[in-house]
Amino acid sequence: MRYETNFHKAQGLGSAKSGLHHWMAQRISAIALIPLSLWFVGAFILLLTAPFDQAQQWLTSPWVGTAVILLTLAMFYHGYLGMQVILEDYVPHTSTRWSLILLLKFLSAVMALLTILSVLKIFLR
Amino acid sequence: MIPSLEEKRPLSPHLQIYRIQITSLLSILHRVTGIVLYGGSFLWALWFIALAIGPESYEKMQAFLLHPVGLIILLGWSFSFFYHLCNGMRHMMWDWGMGYEMVTVRRTGWLVVISSFFLTGAAWILGILMGKVWS
Repeated sequence: MRYETNFHKAQGLGSAKSGLHHWMAQRISAIALIPLSLWFVGAFILLLTAPFDQAQQWLTSPWVGTAVILLTLAMFYHGYLGMQVILEDYVPHTSTRWSLILLLKFLSAVMALLTILSVLKIFLR
Repeated sequence: MIPSLEEKRPLSPHLQIYRIQITSLLSILHRVTGIVLYGGSFLWALWFIALAIGPESYEKMQAFLLHPVGLIILLGWSFSFFYHLCNGMRHMMWDWGMGYEMVTVRRTGWLVVISSFFLTGAAWILGILMGKVWS
């Protein structure tokens, strides 16, 4: 047995979780989303009423394709991080909470991959 | 099931205990709009999937979005987007260590509310004007 106070034992250990990484990732994805999402909302104002051919034509540009894929990654990552915090705050039962977070992770990944595959399909057409 | 010690602990953000103020209301709204945006991201993915499948599915998607129900969803989604964007920048200001005086907190709060209504309105006016571009 070591003669240490509880306070001393805990010193320098942090919270033993990965809070800082989560916090930074949320901020960095948020910064990336500012220009990307504003650009997309501007483009979507036109796309909403666009005929099929023009909408597909828009996605054949490599710049547009890259921006949409970057936006997809930042959006689903940021969305996942935010929803995770909400689940952690409001779902008290540990195993339910972990199951929901796992489901959220899965759904976010599937949605992001489906979007990216669709963009690639149109681009490589 | 008997709750474990961990489950008996109080959850962090108490929603029912405190009197609603501009500060707490906007904080709750940040989460609510975040949930709306996450829900909207499914629709966003569906739009790209429909575009990749072909003209028929794309036109079905477009008809849904331009239907009154779709337009109400888009209106709610666009307001959520602008609110979350503006309030997110307010959060970044706090992360930078600025704007913590109560007067400033309330003032930036109202600025966020006004800006999100203004930006939503501007986007829809632009949308209505641009809707005629293709016809």
